[in-house]
Amino acid sequence: MSTDKTVSSELDFDTPAAKRHRSIRALKDKMAAGGIAFGGISVIVAILLIFFYLLYEVAPLFESAKIERWQENNQEIAPYAVPGTGKTLYLTMEEQTEIGLRVTDSGKMVFFNTRNGEVLKEEAITLPEGVSVTSFALASEYSGIFALGLSNGQAFIYKHKYKSTYPNGVRVITPVLEYPLGAEPIQVSEGPVEVLAFNGEEEEWTLVGGQPSKLVGVSISLTENIITEEVMADTSDFSLPELNAPVSKVLIMPDQRWMMVSGADNKLTVVDLKAQGGPAITQLLDTTSGDITSFKWLLGGNSLLISDNKGVTSQWFLVRNENNEWLMTKIREFKNGSAPISSIAIEHRRKGFVTITDNGDLSVYSTTAERNSLNAAVAQGNVETIAMAPRSNALLVEKEGELTLWAIHNEHPEISWSALWEKVWYEGYQEPEFTWQSSASTNDFEPKYSLMPLAFGTLKAAFYAMLLGTPLAICGAIYTAYFMVPAMRKKVKPFIELMEALPTVILGFLAGLWLAPFMEVNLAGIFVTLLVIPAAIIGFAFAWSNAPKTVRYLVPDGWDAALLVPVIVIATLFSFWIAPGIEQMLFGTEMRYWVSQELGIPYDQRNALVVGIAMGFAVIPTIFSITEDAIFAVPKHLSYGSLALGATPWQTLVRVVMPTASPGIFSAVMIGMGRAVGETMIVLMATGNTPIMDMNIFEGMRTLAANIAVEMPESEVGSTHYRILFLAAFVLFLFTFFVNTLAELVRQRLRKKYGSL
Amino acid sequence: MRQSFSEWTKSGAPWVWLNAGAVAICMIMVVGLLTLIAVRGLGHFWPADIVQTNYTENDNTIRMIGERVQEVEVPAEQLRDSGVKVPEGVETMDRVLMKIGNRDHGGTDFIWILDAFNSDKSKPEMLFAAERREWGNFYGYLRSIKEDGKVVASYEGYEKTEEYMALWNEFQARIERTLTIYDQIKDIEKDKIGSINYEMERLRLKERSLQLKEVTDSAPYQEIDDRRKELDMEYESLQGELLALYNAVNRDTLTAEIANGKIVEFKLAWVVRAFLPNDMSIGGKIGHYFAKIWEFLSEDPREANTEGGIFPAIYGTVLMVLIMSVMVTPFGVVAAVYLREYAKQGFVTRVIRIAVNNLAGVPSIVYGVFGLGFFVYFLGGHIDDAFFPEAKPAPTFGTPGLLWASITLALLTVPVVIVATEEGLTCIPRATREGSLALGATKFETLMKIVIPMASPAIMTGVILAIARAAGEVAPLMLVGVVKLAPSLPLDGNYPFLHLDQKFMHLGFHIYDVGFQSPNVEAARPLVYATALLLVAVIAMLNITAIQIRNHLREKYKALEM
Repeated sequence: MSTDKTVSSELDFDTPAAKRHRSIRALKDKMAAGGIAFGGISVIVAILLIFFYLLYEVAPLFESAKIERWQENNQEIAPYAVPGTGKTLYLTMEEQTEIGLRVTDSGKMVFFNTRNGEVLKEEAITLPEGVSVTSFALASEYSGIFALGLSNGQAFIYKHKYKSTYPNGVRVITPVLEYPLGAEPIQVSEGPVEVLAFNGEEEEWTLVGGQPSKLVGVSISLTENIITEEVMADTSDFSLPELNAPVSKVLIMPDQRWMMVSGADNKLTVVDLKAQGGPAITQLLDTTSGDITSFKWLLGGNSLLISDNKGVTSQWFLVRNENNEWLMTKIREFKNGSAPISSIAIEHRRKGFVTITDNGDLSVYSTTAERNSLNAAVAQGNVETIAMAPRSNALLVEKEGELTLWAIHNEHPEISWSALWEKVWYEGYQEPEFTWQSSASTNDFEPKYSLMPLAFGTLKAAFYAMLLGTPLAICGAIYTAYFMVPAMRKKVKPFIELMEALPTVILGFLAGLWLAPFMEVNLAGIFVTLLVIPAAIIGFAFAWSNAPKTVRYLVPDGWDAALLVPVIVIATLFSFWIAPGIEQMLFGTEMRYWVSQELGIPYDQRNALVVGIAMGFAVIPTIFSITEDAIFAVPKHLSYGSLALGATPWQTLVRVVMPTASPGIFSAVMIGMGRAVGETMIVLMATGNTPIMDMNIFEGMRTLAANIAVEMPESEVGSTHYRILFLAAFVLFLFTFFVNTLAELVRQRLRKKYGSL
Repeated sequence: MRQSFSEWTKSGAPWVWLNAGAVAICMIMVVGLLTLIAVRGLGHFWPADIVQTNYTENDNTIRMIGERVQEVEVPAEQLRDSGVKVPEGVETMDRVLMKIGNRDHGGTDFIWILDAFNSDKSKPEMLFAAERREWGNFYGYLRSIKEDGKVVASYEGYEKTEEYMALWNEFQARIERTLTIYDQIKDIEKDKIGSINYEMERLRLKERSLQLKEVTDSAPYQEIDDRRKELDMEYESLQGELLALYNAVNRDTLTAEIANGKIVEFKLAWVVRAFLPNDMSIGGKIGHYFAKIWEFLSEDPREANTEGGIFPAIYGTVLMVLIMSVMVTPFGVVAAVYLREYAKQGFVTRVIRIAVNNLAGVPSIVYGVFGLGFFVYFLGGHIDDAFFPEAKPAPTFGTPGLLWASITLALLTVPVVIVATEEGLTCIPRATREGSLALGATKFETLMKIVIPMASPAIMTGVILAIARAAGEVAPLMLVGVVKLAPSLPLDGNYPFLHLDQKFMHLGFHIYDVGFQSPNVEAARPLVYATALLLVAVIAMLNITAIQIRNHLREKYKALEM
């Protein structure tokens, strides 16, 4: 008691200053606890952030399209009266969707403001007395070139173009009409031009026209007057084969070889204009059980879209068969309901189209993806015409003398489950295939976004890497953990850690620039090594076990691995020395020639075997360390018990230690697999990066990861291609997430189990 | 005691031996790989002899001068197929890759020839090799040196004489002179004009931001204009100086005889270094060797990265790694402390551990994609909108750069730091903590004053391992900020000195780019090996240091627990 008193009299712990100090300390402590907890939890946040951000970039790919009335300053644009007179033959819009063009059967070409229908410019054909416009033909939406056929047998060809200028920083678009084939009309036939089709490019054009029962072909070649820059057209007629039914519509391919004729009998006649001995009919096909209502080219002029009054639109293109004949083949069908399709509009930049039925129901399709991304009612009852904007972001609908402007949000129609993971029949291909080809130089290119070849390549690379890496790593780990003396183990482990730390760019560089050329010359040597090394090890081991004790006792147990180093080096050198002889004996030539000539397997310099070795090297340390830890952690009393009962060390290992450690080994393999799947640099440098689907060990591959590294820097932000690369990253993320989580759960369980032993 | 083979097999001994073999194979692979890189990487700098031969193929004889680079054996069959007349009875022939240089005169600087078709091999002492700024190496006989078109020294023969040595010394002296002038040119072009351009750009941005803020007061504009005029004046005068220097450097030319006997003339200013490898003593060669190594480490690259040094790549790597470690260390340590010291072991810690393992297991390219999308376009884009509207539409942080590369790699290496720190924390005996707490310290004070200092070597290990990992990682960097050739260093004398928005060069990417994207792979290959060697050496050193620290730490704690 007394001591207490003295202390309190000398040291007062409850002065205001001390109290303040204490509370500050307590506060600090609390804040630190909060901060540290936040820091810990933020690891979870980081992984979730990666997950959700990738998802956020990928999600728009699978959104369905939306359509709404076009808004200007938050005001819906009201329908307006159709500008100009006459019946619409053709309706279209320019790039910015500000100006529309309407071509009518009275020979008027009216440029108008798409927001309110105000006429901006009107041009007309100067029609002679008693002559009227009888037909219309479009070369392609993309080129903007179209033709009008007249009742006097002539045709005029125009091109609509738009020029943008920026006076005072404001964009002004001026429409222009040009005569790409000269200002003079082209004489097509004797009688009225009731049916008309034309196509071509630059100097060579082909035009077909006439009456339903009698068609005439005209070849046009252009010459430009150098001084006046005036274009002159030289025309020559050619005759066409008899058709067995009146013609309702004709189309010509851009290559000017093929002509597609839709007859009044709803049959499709395919005419080869460049056949030997003059134009000839090659096929006569039934297209539909109903009546053809629309007959148009898809973007690029390779695919034909035929719609009928039963609501079906079918896609056809020319497919080459084994006899080198091109046959028009039905590829796929698009159907949504059974109402008759009254009109279709083709997208200008993508392989897609829009149909509208007699009820005014609109459907948006993408051909490659076989996707119906939108269905909506835009009108009640029959509409006259619809037109798509070049950027596919707007749609004009003409109904009962009124035009309505709609906005379409359809950013990524090319993507669907089938486009990514199933075989797709691409234009010009002989059969459905898995293909990855994300870009090409032409505008009308059909992007091929099948992830299958990439996923396959990823698994192929991982498979060969695991094939080499797993046995080496697991066997090595078993020995290191169970048989090796601690002194040597201490020296081996840093080596393995160093192996793990080696940058993959160095492994890839050596694989690509050293191993690949080396293997090309010494292919047989590699395979001989695979046989010789195990034989040499066993042979040496047997000899060693029978060696005199005096020799054997020089090296204590557990140092066997060190003994084997020279043996393996010599065995390897020996294999490469005898390999050429064996090669000559077995194949009579170098193995790689034998492989490519006799077996018919193509041999790439940078192939799966090279990747397997290099990436195997990269996964060995991962698998090795975890396996080694798992085996080493097995409680010693288990193996002592087994040995005491008379089991040999190997029996103890196989029957006692391995079963206990097997979950750990499993998780090691899983993590190694995760690493092999996501590895980028090795694959990038050691393969040719060709996206092929072939299990052949002598060919290369392209993996998801390498594909991202190659294509990401060039892809446009926000484009379909960009998002697909994110999808590839997301797939990789999910795969490794799954594998790693599984491995970690297994390990956590294992740890608990050892704890209880 | 003799054992029969079947008995021996039954005991399972072969399996044990095979397992031992697996370890041995792994060891051999690692050592072999390191040796391969070391030999190839170090061999490059040794001055190779220049060989002169008469080469006859298909009855055509030409004189050939060059270095022997590589030899392979090819079957005669294959040669006959490709139209080479090979004598009967020959099964295989040695094919030699010769570096013949003189790309400006022959088109290629490497050629494969058949060794057996060489005759009159010699190594004339007078043959010289010159490393040039353009067109790669030059090999030939020095004939004359001209100053303003007038010959100042010349020599005709093939023997080494006094006269020749005089010419050679004149040549060396003049190379020395051009190198000094080049230093001055570089100083003006890179430093002085570089900083003027930089300031001009800053002025433009300043003006633009004034306009954006709709400042109507004319004073600040005037200020900018005045400064701009000053800079213009400075620039003009520097341009004048530069012109004079260029004239001075282009004064001299040299003529030399090349392999086909032609006399060619080129600017002496092209020559970076000229030497007579066949006439060098061992000492001279060693001197040359170290001079080349120093050049490799300290100089800028030349000729699309295939020649010269890799200094900017080393600089970029180091800087990126430093910024990364500044970011990764606190984050990793805090997370580890939470896991080990603060969190109650249970569901949350299990989930965090799974998250850590996943962060470690996610492929690095996915980090690259994430970094590009989230950091560069999303964060960077918003930063640009908020802070750098004057620079628009050109992006400042909305484009790959040093900062984003560092953050991406920090995220990638955080598990390494967490795991290592956690291990260190686990090793610290409970008693130490309890002692501190018993004396009245708060948990935080115990942490800061006792636990963290004790665990600091472990943290260090983690950071070193993270650095080693980051230094070797290439795939994500390709997306978030690395370039093959950066115009300026990311840390220089221009305000604000550290340019976090700039792109940078990186050793690993340099290997990939020069080895696989270079137009002249053959010429670049030795340099790639040298770069690889440097990278491996750095990473191995870092790892070994980390392992040493860790082992030391383990020993220490073992002693503590006693």
